[in-house]
Amino acid sequence: MSVIYLLIAISIFVAIGFFIAFIFAVKSGQYDDDYTPSVRMLFDDELIKSSQNKSEIKG
Amino acid sequence: MEKNNCFHCGLEIVKEEQIVFDEKDFCCNGCKTVYEIFSLNDLSCYYDFEKAPGATPQDINGKYDFLDNESIVSKLLEFQEDSTAIISLSIPHIHCSSCIWILENLQRLQKGINTSQVNFPEKKVRINYNPEIVSLKNIIYLLSSIGYEPYISLENYETGKNNVDRSLTYKLGVAFFCFGNIMLLSFPEYFEVKEFWLDNYRPFFRGLIFALSLPSFFYSASGYYVSAIKSIRSKMLNIDIPIALGIVVMFVRSTFDIVMDYGSGFFDSLTGLIFFMLLGKMFQIKTYSFLSFERDFKSYFPIAITKINSDSTEESIPVYEIEKGNRLLIRNQELIPVDGILISDKAEIDYSFVTGEAVPIAKKSGDKVFAGGKQIGKVIEMEVLHSVSQSYLTQLWSNDVFQKTVEQKHKTITDSISRYFTPILLLIAFAGFGYWIFFDANTAFNVFTAVLIVACPCALALTAPFTMGNMLRIFGNKHFYLKNALVIEQLAKVDTIVFDKTGTITTNSKSNISYEGVILDETNLAVLKSVLRASNHPLSRMLYDFLPETKKIKLDSFEEITGKGIKAVIDGILLQIGSVNFIIESKEDEIKQTAVHIKIGDKYFGKYIFNNQYREGLSELFSKLSTKYQLKVLSGDNEGERSLLELILPKGTEMIFNQKPEQKLQFIKALQDQGKNVMMVGDGLNDAGALAQSNVGISISENVNVFSPACDAILDAKQFQKLHYFLKLSKKAITTIKMSFTLSLLYNVVGLSFAITGNLLPLVAAIIMPLSTITIVSFVTIMSNYYSRKIK
Repeated sequence: MSVIYLLIAISIFVAIGFFIAFIFAVKSGQYDDDYTPSVRMLFDDELIKSSQNKSEIKG
Repeated sequence: MEKNNCFHCGLEIVKEEQIVFDEKDFCCNGCKTVYEIFSLNDLSCYYDFEKAPGATPQDINGKYDFLDNESIVSKLLEFQEDSTAIISLSIPHIHCSSCIWILENLQRLQKGINTSQVNFPEKKVRINYNPEIVSLKNIIYLLSSIGYEPYISLENYETGKNNVDRSLTYKLGVAFFCFGNIMLLSFPEYFEVKEFWLDNYRPFFRGLIFALSLPSFFYSASGYYVSAIKSIRSKMLNIDIPIALGIVVMFVRSTFDIVMDYGSGFFDSLTGLIFFMLLGKMFQIKTYSFLSFERDFKSYFPIAITKINSDSTEESIPVYEIEKGNRLLIRNQELIPVDGILISDKAEIDYSFVTGEAVPIAKKSGDKVFAGGKQIGKVIEMEVLHSVSQSYLTQLWSNDVFQKTVEQKHKTITDSISRYFTPILLLIAFAGFGYWIFFDANTAFNVFTAVLIVACPCALALTAPFTMGNMLRIFGNKHFYLKNALVIEQLAKVDTIVFDKTGTITTNSKSNISYEGVILDETNLAVLKSVLRASNHPLSRMLYDFLPETKKIKLDSFEEITGKGIKAVIDGILLQIGSVNFIIESKEDEIKQTAVHIKIGDKYFGKYIFNNQYREGLSELFSKLSTKYQLKVLSGDNEGERSLLELILPKGTEMIFNQKPEQKLQFIKALQDQGKNVMMVGDGLNDAGALAQSNVGISISENVNVFSPACDAILDAKQFQKLHYFLKLSKKAITTIKMSFTLSLLYNVVGLSFAITGNLLPLVAAIIMPLSTITIVSFVTIMSNYYSRKIK
């Protein structure tokens, strides 16, 4: 019976956890620029590949 | 296929100047150098993301010398400590993913740069560097050398932390959190499960729902209460009054229901409503963070200037520290920041941005030069007469129109509907209450609150934000950037359009040159071109570019007479090129035309006339507009082009010339006093007053990132001919809103019929509310997209 109390309490706490995460995300400015990160996340691989390519050619 | 275009910047390559390097074609040495820098540093995948992403680096010799001055640098920095400094630079060229990539890899090009981060929407790069290893000046030089020259102006002075207002994001987050959880917890109530154990837990569920609604009610919706109270105080009924009333009544009644155990209350609808309305607000605020609509002269002015000390040493000083009597050094293309007297013997000053005059003005030693002009040609020296704030140009900003905070100049369409809506709503509520009170006091109370709840004009309030927000995006995609959604309503109301001439209906760059007189043969042309080659006058240079390529002839002698023309001798023949009084010694009244006269030997040949180049599609645009709007042309230039303009533009277009900035402002004001809704289309600082005064000020900009005076909207110069389309579309936006108002009123009628008969169950409210929201939002989105495609 009282498992309802427990489950709902847990679900609310999980929700609050996500809510706090959201507050921190806004505070740190993550929502100020929502475009650049989407491009940036595609870059890191390219950078490594390019320097490898160069070294291969040199080698 | 792509062979003729530069590998770096994508411009077409002139055959003679083509440079082949590393099997790639470049249009100039600058582009090639950038490519070299990148490939040396393993950064050549810059070219992989986007085709020809670069820009040709400009010559910046001496331009950033002021960065040697520590006190100026410290004003620009965001953060500074011994070994770390952070600066945010605005770089107009940022436009693609290659730009982000190269700018975030700056540390590979320059030692001492720790990290750099691009903010693409704002076109800014934030660089964290070590000032002990690398100076700011070096960084700027590096950026300029790879074609990413930052834009530094007086506006950047005293940057400081600008606080971003994120409260709407927080409110939306809170509202969504409450809404989502309450919805989940409400499900048992929706299905009315009559099970024993669920009945047992009912108080627990309801208590949680109540607790969850509190943050949404008190925090997320707080904006509506504030606005409603403000509007009551100013005795203007706006849409926020019935909204706030609905929310409060809903909350009170639901709390009452729960406490007295009458039912589950309307908390789900309440939080849902708050969430959707905030979402609408968020959608409406489409900001173009890389544009600024509040610019004044500060973003046009340089941050520092070279001062010549009494011991003739040069020193960079901040513009604000210029004092009367100082001697300043102005280089080619530099801006004169203050009024002063010219010391050098001559100068060519381009005032087109300030006064609207198309042709640079020649000044002699001792002449007064005004702030805002650009020096063209040699380095000049001047003595300061006034400090920055007292200069002629900056005084325009002390006019009242720039002082008043523009707090809703106009009543919005939603608010004017609300003026009728609110009293009618209250009337129905009281009528229902009055009717039911004779039967049952409890039902009467229920009906009264139900009416206020269901009629809460959330669908009405969502209509405008979603239509306007969508239109704002459509306009933005077509390079017409509006300051906010209110501008669309203003655009729809416009009945008079005033255009500036120079820079607005003409392009700044090219001039159209035509020749009148005796035909010049090839040798004459060759002679002429060779003489022009030696001259630095802007007209000479334009004419030089205009004339066909010829062989070069050596000059015997050459003399340039400032303000008049050129005298040169070739093979013993005297050549005179210049203004009319210089060539023919009569005082003909032909100064109104910009022309260069030619005399070879004793024979007068003719003249080259410089016509301003009008924007493409100008006359079609005007003839389309003239059917619906009153058109006027307001210019700071002389009357030289009146007859030409009269030919191009439709009849009845009023033209007024020789207008000073203040006169332009007064002209707009006079029109408004006659009850006109005036739209001003301008470009320069001289239009700033008129743009601020007009109902809608549109600033035309060749490069939207660099500078445009304070205005309501910025239009990319290439889209100038589409102005008619934009005006039409804004009218359709209003039509869409009106249609959707009818639709949402229908919902209100349906809801009211439930309410007035005392049948509004929480479940009915929970269905009607989101249903109306969804239909309204999809209706306005579909309609506005449809109109944007249909209209031509």
